[in-house]
Amino acid sequence: MAQNADNVLDHFDLFRGPEYQQMLANKAEKFEGRRDPAEVERVREWLKTEEYQEKNFAREALTVNPAKACQPLGAVFVAVGFEGTVPFVHGSQGCVAYYRSHFSRHFKEPTSCVSSSMTEDAAVFGGLNNMIDGLANTHAMYKPKMIAVSTTCMAEVIGDDLNAFIKTAKEKGSVPMDFDVPFAHTPAFVGSHITGYDNAMKGIIEHFWDGKAGTTEKLVPTPNGSINFIGGFDGYTVGNLREIKRIFNEMGVKYTILGDNSDVWDTPTDGEFRMYDGGTTLEDAANAVHASATISMQEYCTEKTLPMVAEHGHQVAAFNHPISVKATDKFLMTVAKLAGVEIPASLEKERGRLVDAIADSSAHIHGKKFAIYGDPDLCYGLAEFLLELGAEPTTVLATNGNKRWEEKMKALFASSPFGKDCQVYSQKDLWHLRSLLFTRPVDFLIGNTYGKYLERDTNTPLIRIGFPIFDRHHKHRYPVWGYQGGLNVLVQILDKIFDTMDANTMIAGKTDYSFDIIR
Amino acid sequence: MSVANEETVDIKARNKDLIKEVLAVYPEKTAKRRAKHLNVHEQGKSDCGVKSNIKSIPGVMTIRGCAYAGSKGVVWGPIKDMVHISHGPVGCGQYSWSSRRNYFIGVTGVDSFGTMQFTSDFQEKDIVFGGDKKLAKLMDEIQELFPLNNGITVQSECPIGLIGDDIEAVSKVKSKEYGGKTIVPVRCEGFRGVSQSLGHHIANDAVRDYIFDKQDPAKLAAFESTPYDVAIIGDYNIGGDAWASRILLEEMGLRVIAQWSGDGTLAELEATPKAKLNVLHCYRSMNYISRHMEEKFGIPWCEYNFFGPTKIVDSLRKIASYFDDKIKEGAERVIAKYQPLMDAVVAKYRPRLEGKTVMLYVGGLRPRHVIGAYEDLGMVVVGTGYEFAHNDDYQRTAQHYVKDGTLIYDDVNGYEFEKFVEKVQPDLVGSGIKEKYVFQKMGVPFRQMHSWDYSGPYHGYDGFAIFARDMDMAINAPVWKMAKAPWKEEAAAKAIAAE
Repeated sequence: MAQNADNVLDHFDLFRGPEYQQMLANKAEKFEGRRDPAEVERVREWLKTEEYQEKNFAREALTVNPAKACQPLGAVFVAVGFEGTVPFVHGSQGCVAYYRSHFSRHFKEPTSCVSSSMTEDAAVFGGLNNMIDGLANTHAMYKPKMIAVSTTCMAEVIGDDLNAFIKTAKEKGSVPMDFDVPFAHTPAFVGSHITGYDNAMKGIIEHFWDGKAGTTEKLVPTPNGSINFIGGFDGYTVGNLREIKRIFNEMGVKYTILGDNSDVWDTPTDGEFRMYDGGTTLEDAANAVHASATISMQEYCTEKTLPMVAEHGHQVAAFNHPISVKATDKFLMTVAKLAGVEIPASLEKERGRLVDAIADSSAHIHGKKFAIYGDPDLCYGLAEFLLELGAEPTTVLATNGNKRWEEKMKALFASSPFGKDCQVYSQKDLWHLRSLLFTRPVDFLIGNTYGKYLERDTNTPLIRIGFPIFDRHHKHRYPVWGYQGGLNVLVQILDKIFDTMDANTMIAGKTDYSFDIIR
Repeated sequence: MSVANEETVDIKARNKDLIKEVLAVYPEKTAKRRAKHLNVHEQGKSDCGVKSNIKSIPGVMTIRGCAYAGSKGVVWGPIKDMVHISHGPVGCGQYSWSSRRNYFIGVTGVDSFGTMQFTSDFQEKDIVFGGDKKLAKLMDEIQELFPLNNGITVQSECPIGLIGDDIEAVSKVKSKEYGGKTIVPVRCEGFRGVSQSLGHHIANDAVRDYIFDKQDPAKLAAFESTPYDVAIIGDYNIGGDAWASRILLEEMGLRVIAQWSGDGTLAELEATPKAKLNVLHCYRSMNYISRHMEEKFGIPWCEYNFFGPTKIVDSLRKIASYFDDKIKEGAERVIAKYQPLMDAVVAKYRPRLEGKTVMLYVGGLRPRHVIGAYEDLGMVVVGTGYEFAHNDDYQRTAQHYVKDGTLIYDDVNGYEFEKFVEKVQPDLVGSGIKEKYVFQKMGVPFRQMHSWDYSGPYHGYDGFAIFARDMDMAINAPVWKMAKAPWKEEAAAKAIAAE
């Protein structure tokens, strides 16, 4: 018996003992109908070959381990960023259980969201009654300031019309006539979670600016010099948005963050559960129409939102998840220009500190090869930074990347001598990446938690940057934008490089001559 | 009237008031519907007095999932040597990817696929023109790229049933084309039924229809039967639960020929009709196939509970009662062997946990099954409820588990659960990831009772030691004393003193 009350063994050690090992071997041999171990070994090796890669890349129907989620997830991300807002997803209820779990596993925070719980009868007759009852219940129970509606694929396939349904629900008294219920159709079979972000953000902004679905007058913009800021779908939203606010305050910029979920996903443990915390006030969301300019930090999260904003007379600017010195330079210069302010010396000093850190450490990164996967803007921002560090972003993959992104990545590679051998892959998944990591090995992999399977199979050390991060804690609290964010990313990369060096040199009397105390 | 009785009367009155208070928030129609799902348990009643397995109410923030979660996430997903296709848009497979901790041994991507996300990633054109052609092609690609897979299942997401795809026809054609390969179409679209529960049932039926009914008797499992062959049914090997159970069955002299479905294989499913007894842990999710095997193959089944020494002892003896003296003696030997460990665990943790109260809200079997384990540690379950139980679950709960006056809540929602915990002030809440941080913010210790909060196993004797350690760790963590700022505490104390 391995178990012991004084030293309780859990799954890490319990099953490695002889009793369990023997039991498991016996199970495999007698009952599992397992394949011949030699055959397993042969296939395992075959999976590493160019031949396999060719077949793998010839896939047309099968997706294996994609790095993307579906639209409504992005809509929920947007909705919780507004003051007192409940995301309401019209369709099957299981979806909402999934979104809430997904966010809670990443942020280690509660995520409140309701469903209209449509079942078979709604599939036949439509979900109007679910909308009517659902809005009434949500409004009565959770006393929100706003309910932001999006859809699951079920509601989209049967063709439920949100605009008409919400109107009818209001007429039936589910919520007061003037209660804010912005909406967005977010079919899961189009695009990904970043598309859902775009649709939901556009839906909320249009609601406030363009007459609340025909129920009030459209607002007439009277530019006031303020700047609107849209972050995009971002696993680091807590740290990033706070950093952006700090930067704007430092610069003296008047701003509105549209979709500020930095507080609701970072509430204190002090004896009180806050279903709502912080967020863009509804008043600010409406007044944002009077801003002079709107900035998107992630171009591919706002492909529809930003042009819509521009039609309201705003100057607009889109960035690609700026991490590098150059990208933050451009971001700050753009903000300064749009807001008519100077970049303060304090930020220039921060810039200098990041450059200083890069100078101190670049020898350890220079020439190293990286594979990156994630959302398109994150991939771009990371690749741009690596090029700046003299590293090679050899393989960059976004399952939800489009052609425009692919072209932009290629242009980025062409702009640097370190981009010479770099390849970009859109609409590919992590099983494609697995092949690439065998046929074109790299030194490090950057990606989300699911990258650990690639780390295990290909022996490529994983640097966890992306979404979701389930198996490391609190990363979302640290910004990856701005000079401070760049520094955080730099340190995270360096930590993995140094840990890997140490792990490779720590056999006493054999490799430990390189087990240096100073690096 | 004794003091204990007076206490129970008080608690019952408080719980009844609490239910009233909670119902007051709802619009009238909703209050009427929810009232049927909330109750205070009366000793001696044959069930818990709540309605169950009824549609959730729109907009209330139900904690439930869907049929797909019940089939792919629970029943089929853990079968490790088959490829399970999440058929439809990308999300369902993505959110359920590796999140249930069904441990298995195997080379992922080569001969095992349990922690991979295979999806047809439906696009608009698949919705418009149908996905059958894509599905057929996708199966060819699986065959080529994962040649050692032993079978394929098609786990339907919502659109499949709505657009009229014929996944049964595709599966049949492809099975024939691949020489009779097991390909199982599963109609577990998320909009079917009211919760995960129908997904379990549909998944069970799919095993019956596409494995048992299609079985070639000539190709049945190669091993020689023994009089002591049993199958573990309804253990998903979360954190290794099934392993910590199997070891006890084997130690008492039984031979486990199949695990359903944690760390299980297609061959194990196929061999199960050779079992002499099916031992059933999660009644809710696998009673259907157990009943079927009883009817069709004459295999008896026996429910058991491997949480905590009291229930484990009962269960080992109950299982042994189906066999001869050799096994009965084996059960006593196992009980005696582990007794010192259990004594040591209880001696260590019970003093730290004695009298602590617990509120539970979980899925299939745990809202009742774990009560004994808490009681072994001197703890009291004061409230419990199920996400997707049926009345037979509440009968079992009432007759064998809960105490008089226990608060019962079926398909509880965010609002109700928060209010209940706020008023009852338990020392521990055991529920899921969606609930965890709500209660921790409130300063209430919490353990996830789906995933074991990334710990486990909790089944069996080995598991109980971990269970006890974890409950102690949750309740007695220093962090819960720090929730209030000291200056706030001082102010509160002064206010009380001034009264």
